[in-house]
Amino acid sequence: MQTSARWGAVAAAVLLTATTAACGGGQGPGNPQGRGPITIWLSNNEQEVAWGEEQVKAWNAAHPDQQVTAQQIPAGKSSEEVIGAAIAAGTTPCLIYNTSPAAVPQFVKQGGLVPLDTMPGGADYITQRTGAAAEQYRSPDGHFYQLPWKSNPVMVIYNKKIFAAAGLDPENPQLSTYADVLAASEKIVSSGAAPSAIWPSPASQFFQSWFDLYPLYAAASGGQQLVVDGKAQVDSAPALDAAGFWRQMYAKGLSPQEAYTGDAFADGKAAMAMVGPWAVAVYGKDVDWGVVPVPTPNGEPAQEVHTFSDAKNVSLPVACQNQATAWDFLQSTTSTDADRALLTETGQMPMRADVAQTYADWFASADGAPYAPFAAQAARTVEVPSVKNSVEIWQDVRNAWTGSVIFGKEPVASAMRDANGEVQHLLEVP
Amino acid sequence: MSALTPARPGPASSSSPAGRSRTTTSASDGRPPRGGLTPLQRAFGRHPIGVLLALPYAVFLVAVFAYPVVLAAWMSVHDWFFSAPGVEVSHPFVGFENYRQVLTDPQVHQAFLNIGVFLVINVPLTVALALVLAVALNRAARGRTFFRVAFYVPYVTASVALVGVWLFLLGGDGVVNSLLGPLAPDPSWLVNSSLAMPSIAGFVAWKQLGFFVLLYLAALQNVSRDLYEAASMDGAGRVRQFFTVTVPGVRTTTALVVILAVITGANLFTEPYLLTGGGGPDGASTSPVLLMYQLGIEQGNPDTASALGIVLVVVVGLLVLLNRRLLRSES
Repeated sequence: MQTSARWGAVAAAVLLTATTAACGGGQGPGNPQGRGPITIWLSNNEQEVAWGEEQVKAWNAAHPDQQVTAQQIPAGKSSEEVIGAAIAAGTTPCLIYNTSPAAVPQFVKQGGLVPLDTMPGGADYITQRTGAAAEQYRSPDGHFYQLPWKSNPVMVIYNKKIFAAAGLDPENPQLSTYADVLAASEKIVSSGAAPSAIWPSPASQFFQSWFDLYPLYAAASGGQQLVVDGKAQVDSAPALDAAGFWRQMYAKGLSPQEAYTGDAFADGKAAMAMVGPWAVAVYGKDVDWGVVPVPTPNGEPAQEVHTFSDAKNVSLPVACQNQATAWDFLQSTTSTDADRALLTETGQMPMRADVAQTYADWFASADGAPYAPFAAQAARTVEVPSVKNSVEIWQDVRNAWTGSVIFGKEPVASAMRDANGEVQHLLEVP
Repeated sequence: MSALTPARPGPASSSSPAGRSRTTTSASDGRPPRGGLTPLQRAFGRHPIGVLLALPYAVFLVAVFAYPVVLAAWMSVHDWFFSAPGVEVSHPFVGFENYRQVLTDPQVHQAFLNIGVFLVINVPLTVALALVLAVALNRAARGRTFFRVAFYVPYVTASVALVGVWLFLLGGDGVVNSLLGPLAPDPSWLVNSSLAMPSIAGFVAWKQLGFFVLLYLAALQNVSRDLYEAASMDGAGRVRQFFTVTVPGVRTTTALVVILAVITGANLFTEPYLLTGGGGPDGASTSPVLLMYQLGIEQGNPDTASALGIVLVVVVGLLVLLNRRLLRSES
């Protein structure tokens, strides 16, 4: 080696060491008993930000030595990616009010979240506030790494004007069975009342299945998750029923295979949509709408139908230096009063044991009435399974779905069977 | 070695500067300094100040390029995932297991096939259009600046902003299908598994055209006017001149355009992600980089994503090498 090359190698080694040291920085594990100032992350939703700032203001007035600073979650492709990167870098805040349950197993694998049941009274607080549904959020190791916070139970919203134009009863539409929905859809499209009946996103991202397959699977299975006792259910009868229904919708041209660049329901391009209670604020003024539970193969009564929860939860990262303050603040912001403020200001359902009864007065009011069906549905929601490789599992399901259900390039049954095998492998891989 | 290759400094070349310096003596011990260089020059070259000037870029290169590549290679042979600081995590050596997973994954095969389709369409289209437009612009008497800017605007505009326009053009009820009427493809362009990748290749060719047109315009300034005049006197028409004078005259630039287009194709992410909804229809427009994103960022498997990245680097390297070999053999 020439001398100058040796110098170069030495310089490169020094730089590599320095860079490695720099990248390996960040905070280490925090203090479970620590009290003092904390920072929290809220979603970018305008109403949620307003709610969060009110909570922080009230807390700060009462706790001058434990000030809380609220920030909107940093911009990124998705909040899950931002949180995962922050965990690796040790730059997480003390509480994240926008944690997707599907991403929690990944964050746990990273060693990034505090088991909330190890905090004083943690397990009791979660199970008492959320009720039996809390079990869906328990990780395979028995711990709660997330506080079930709010849900957006998915239902079918429909445009009354389009239904009337298609000769369907806008006040009491028959949409409880797959056959009902198919018949109504064909009438809507053939009459020209709308170019499509329902337009779920046909895109390939892993989470898209939560808004076409999963609500119908949850309903058809009577409230099962996609994994039951460690066994994948991708090719189970309820999943195949749901897939068969959607295949017919695509094959008959009732649901387009192409993504819509705007909001198909708002623009009158689709007569129905799969939505959560957020839709009330979005469509409330512009569309005369009604809402029904998602259909099932045999048309179960509305009060028995389950659906996907579309929940966002709260997590406490390990890097938080003042975890005791964070835990107290978390309980304060998920109290009955704080949840009432969340409900009335954002329209999203706090994950309490009985939302409809707890806030019955508001749901009876003019402002709250449009949300009442969603509150009734909130009692029967199904979460994504809390299993390792969760995101990879959903991507495999989506890949099978786009190929078979949306584009019909292979039979639905064989595609779902293959996907079931892949999911089962991911569940069993050490 | 070619006879035209400059003689290297050394004992065999007495006329070289180094050869002459062998007659000088060292101030310290009376012996001539090795290679005629001081210790400082031996360590940092003949112009140490040059090393100082290059140092910031060297630091940048090591920190931003060399370190991640070395780390990615290391990750690709270990069981590795991102963990919180202070958390004890073992990253056992797994040999080529991540590579085995990547190389046996049908999705990866599909992604590389998609890129093959992209390159077969995009590279010739880019080279041909850029060269023809550059020649036309070079001869244009009026409006050259306007057209240069017009071609360049898509290149400097973010893909995210342009994708909306192309969705409007290529959508099922978009402008293109309206013009085609009954000839419109069914399913439409971006949801047609045969047409999705060609549509993306067309979009990327259009978007990059301005940059390559500028490269060719610069290259055309170096083609001697005498050659055109000689060809004209020999009776060659415009088309003949184009193929016998212009094309060989810009060969070096063509090599650069091909290499850059191949690298662009290998890095394809934004276009399939946004134009075709994350790699659909049915994975027909998934690219290797899109898969890397899914594996490494969405699914938390940066080790297999790294293995895929290394495979991609090797494939692109081979393609670039092949391109150079072909051009060299032609010349």
